[in-house]
Amino acid sequence: MTTEPANANLIAGATGDWEVIVGLEVHAQVASRSKLFSGASTAFGGEPNTHVSLIDAAMPGMLPVINRECVAQAIRTGLGLKAKINHRSTFDRKNYFYPDLPQGYQISQYKSPIVGEGEIQVDLSPTYSIKVGIERLHLEQDAGKSLHDQSPTMSFVDLNRSGVALMEIVSKPDMRSADEAKAYVSKLRTILRYIGSCDGDMEKGSLRADINVSVRRPGAPLGTRCEIKNVNSIRFIGQAIEAEARRQIAILEDGGVIDQETRLFDAARGETRSMRSKEEAHDYRYFPDPDLLPLELDPEWVDALAAYLPELPDAKKARFIADHGLTAYDASVLVAEKETADFFESALNHGGTKRDPKAVANWIMGDLSAYANARNAPIVDAGLSAAQLAALVDLIGEGVISGKIAKDVLGLLFGEEKGADPRAVVEKRGLRQVTDAGAIDAAVDAVIAANGDKAEQAKTKPGMLGWFVGQVMKATGGKANPQAVSETLKRKLGL
Amino acid sequence: MSIDLAAVRRIAHLARIGVSEAETPHLQAEINAILRFVEALEAVDVEGVEPMTSVTPMRLPMREDAVTDGEIRDKVLANAPLSEDGFFLVPKVIE
Amino acid sequence: MADPTSLTLAEARDRLKSRALSSVELTRAHLAAMERAKSLNAYVVMTPDKALQMARASDERLARGEGGPLEGLPVGVKDLYATEGVHTQACSHILHGFKPTYESTVTANLWRDGAVMLGKLNMDEFAMGSSNETSYYGPVASPWLPPNWSREKARAALAGNKRGLLTPGGSSGGSAAAVAARLCLAATASDTGGSIRQPAAFTGAVGIKPTYGRCSRWGMVAFASSLDQAGPLARTVRDAAIMLRSMAGPDVKDSTCSPEPTADYEAAVGRSVKGLTIGVPKEYRLDGMNPEIEALWSKGAEWLHDAGAKIVEVSLPNTKHALPAYYIVAPAEASSNLARYDGVRYGLREPSSDIVDLYEKTRARGFGAEVRRRLMIGTYVLSAGYYDAYYLRAQKIRTLIKRDFERVFADGVDAILTPATPSAAFGVGEKGSDDPVEMYLNDIFTVTVNMAGLPGLVAPAGLSNEGLPLGLQLIGRPFDEETLFSLGEAMEQAAGRMRLPDPWWA
Repeated sequence: MTTEPANANLIAGATGDWEVIVGLEVHAQVASRSKLFSGASTAFGGEPNTHVSLIDAAMPGMLPVINRECVAQAIRTGLGLKAKINHRSTFDRKNYFYPDLPQGYQISQYKSPIVGEGEIQVDLSPTYSIKVGIERLHLEQDAGKSLHDQSPTMSFVDLNRSGVALMEIVSKPDMRSADEAKAYVSKLRTILRYIGSCDGDMEKGSLRADINVSVRRPGAPLGTRCEIKNVNSIRFIGQAIEAEARRQIAILEDGGVIDQETRLFDAARGETRSMRSKEEAHDYRYFPDPDLLPLELDPEWVDALAAYLPELPDAKKARFIADHGLTAYDASVLVAEKETADFFESALNHGGTKRDPKAVANWIMGDLSAYANARNAPIVDAGLSAAQLAALVDLIGEGVISGKIAKDVLGLLFGEEKGADPRAVVEKRGLRQVTDAGAIDAAVDAVIAANGDKAEQAKTKPGMLGWFVGQVMKATGGKANPQAVSETLKRKLGL
Repeated sequence: MSIDLAAVRRIAHLARIGVSEAETPHLQAEINAILRFVEALEAVDVEGVEPMTSVTPMRLPMREDAVTDGEIRDKVLANAPLSEDGFFLVPKVIE
Repeated sequence: MADPTSLTLAEARDRLKSRALSSVELTRAHLAAMERAKSLNAYVVMTPDKALQMARASDERLARGEGGPLEGLPVGVKDLYATEGVHTQACSHILHGFKPTYESTVTANLWRDGAVMLGKLNMDEFAMGSSNETSYYGPVASPWLPPNWSREKARAALAGNKRGLLTPGGSSGGSAAAVAARLCLAATASDTGGSIRQPAAFTGAVGIKPTYGRCSRWGMVAFASSLDQAGPLARTVRDAAIMLRSMAGPDVKDSTCSPEPTADYEAAVGRSVKGLTIGVPKEYRLDGMNPEIEALWSKGAEWLHDAGAKIVEVSLPNTKHALPAYYIVAPAEASSNLARYDGVRYGLREPSSDIVDLYEKTRARGFGAEVRRRLMIGTYVLSAGYYDAYYLRAQKIRTLIKRDFERVFADGVDAILTPATPSAAFGVGEKGSDDPVEMYLNDIFTVTVNMAGLPGLVAPAGLSNEGLPLGLQLIGRPFDEETLFSLGEAMEQAAGRMRLPDPWWA
């Protein structure tokens, strides 16, 4: 059930409206210690050619042996995509020549991939959801890296990445805008991180996308598509789609035709350009890899992997809404990263007591997020523990401190009082809220007395209440309960 | 089934084997001789027959996910025609 | 000890054990024979220092009463096997200068069991050939004299381009020649379409290609992955059994290697063959077949019958499709396996202006004509538009070929008896120069076995009218090498030990 605003995604061209059709092939590096077919390390970085075995270097006589965990990760991911797990799949060789492909072929899965059709629910907003179909997921080897800028005449080849396991996740062409595509990749990334099958670090290249873009008049048959290769940030994915759609529309409106080709996104120029055209289209001469047998999965193993899958984002979001009464928006924000959702529940339930979910959520999404962003860290690593957050929320709930003072306490917990118990901080620094009616009366009286003329004016200008509240708060060092101050002032000023 | 000179050039390029113009006709003749030899297979009835996937009935063995290899750069580069700073060097790849 | 090189491997083993002979003596004798036989060109690399070092270590172990099944026994290694620190080029120029930093599993097994390495043996380039004439290092001369040639004429040809001298077959030509000329007690070889069995037949030796997956392919330069298999060449059935026991076995580094343990193959040598059923396939009787070979084939059946086996006629209807199907499947896999020879990480690199130039020049210069032909065919049959018509179809035909054998074995046949080759050995330069297919026809009786993944043993059965060795082939059930050794021994007993030629080359 798609609830897309159908017409809002159309692009207005010079001669009418156009619809953009987007499909994505995402390459996700599998989280595993060693490579898909060799025992070399998958660790990022490392001196050139140190994470390379003789198999990765394609020495004569070397043979592949498959890593069970990589297979498990693919199965788990397939389950997370609600996809069909193919109990029998085969490996094919994709043959081409390039210096970062030492074997002269990539071991991939062409005819029979390990995972078949599935789907992802993508929520762009509480009222705008799409379902994006997954065509297939298969396992394949990553290639090494060639550096072309180290010398004017030579290219430098590092095979560290050669042979690392990738999952290629192919979507159906169900997306209709750059925003939908970005939201899809974001959701896919979240699912992969929940499952733990890929860290989704696009900067490190753990997740890359090839984008298929075509345009058509609404209702017309599909247009010719172009593939934009190797886009490695969500922002660029959006920009690339928009640039390419514009390019294709301009050509078609001029009466031209779209050549099916492979293009690259030039971020600096904000446009796509054709990859150097080859004399012949790639003929990969796929055939089943004779060094490997068909992969046959035990149904019991697949069932066991399914049983141990963590709660996935959609289910968690639904549960947050149902059990914790959060809004769809708040739940979405919290479940975007599993660690954040876990942090939320940890703080919520800390010490066996339940706190107000909305309050906990607001702290996480507001102030804590701000501190985390400033430190360029994820919320769970920003510097505040779930226990500390729980205590802070409790202190407010108990009326010990006001919300304003709580913000100050938070600041201290990120600064001089790092790691401290919030209750101890409040006591030590005498931050307890003043709620005593007598003390508040006295403070209010004092301020009114010192500002007689303003007090008179306030009778006709009720907005001055705010100024008075501020004055009383200042006089009490911020510790008076603002609610009580406001009510007392209203009473005494006759508002 | 036989191939023409253009096909010979195309196949040679796919296989990245440099073939001079002078050699091409001879190579064409050799390939066509072999293609003629295998032509007889066209007549065989293979309806409903599965292609051979593995001669021995075995399950694909899987290995544990552990780092058991690598850190052997010296061996990896030992036979390299040209290397520098731990990289393999090749003449510029034109993108 | 008259000439230790004339001992069989089993005899030498016994003498070493009883200390009647030392490994150093035995090794020295072989090294000297190799020197004298240099012009045969069986060895491309000799490793005398290493050999003597290994022999000395073996003697120490033998002196302590220790030692493995091959302790102190000098063997030759086909240039296809990665031998650590030693030239490994599959007799191709494209692997110029390559010295592996690793040891193949099969040869590691030999050294584990105490064998001594004499050197690397000549072969057809990348195992593609049936006469050892495609080797970058030139052809090998068989120790068998061409009919009616004098020794002087032969020696003169040896000094020249070897034209007219007999080929030892291929691709394991060096291995077969060395075994038959007594330049090693046994040799490792490999078989993709007949490369162990055909040279065995041409030189009067014994060779076995075990079941696909019996030996590990790790560290063997790959030609056609689904067909390649390691195996020994030796002078007797017993010797071959001893060698196979050491060579074979599970290897987790090869996903296609069987995890099943090996058997004591030597124990099967001499076992009674009474009651075994031998199939004689009618489709192997070709039109215009060499009558001598046909006669020998019948003789072989008689021998086995006399030994107590039952002979039955069987049908393998898809036999004639095996050779053309092989010449699609093997080149296809080779075209992919040989893509790694690109001048980037090892081997030959031609001066070039950019990467494509590097690939094209290096591979043009590095590969010989036969390899180039097969890579082109292989590339073609996998290419877009042709995959279904060629490769897929050939793989389906392969299923049919295998099914033929399965049916015959299910009917109670224990082994199948066929000729090994369509002729005796031919001369260097005699075949294949005009038509590549002429050379391919040598494998007509052997390729079926690789296509079906079965074990096949060839043992000498007699001499042609011209005095050249002829062999017979036994094809067995999967992983039933033992029955082949029992039957092979029965044949060897009936035929009598092949009398190998005396040296004429020095």
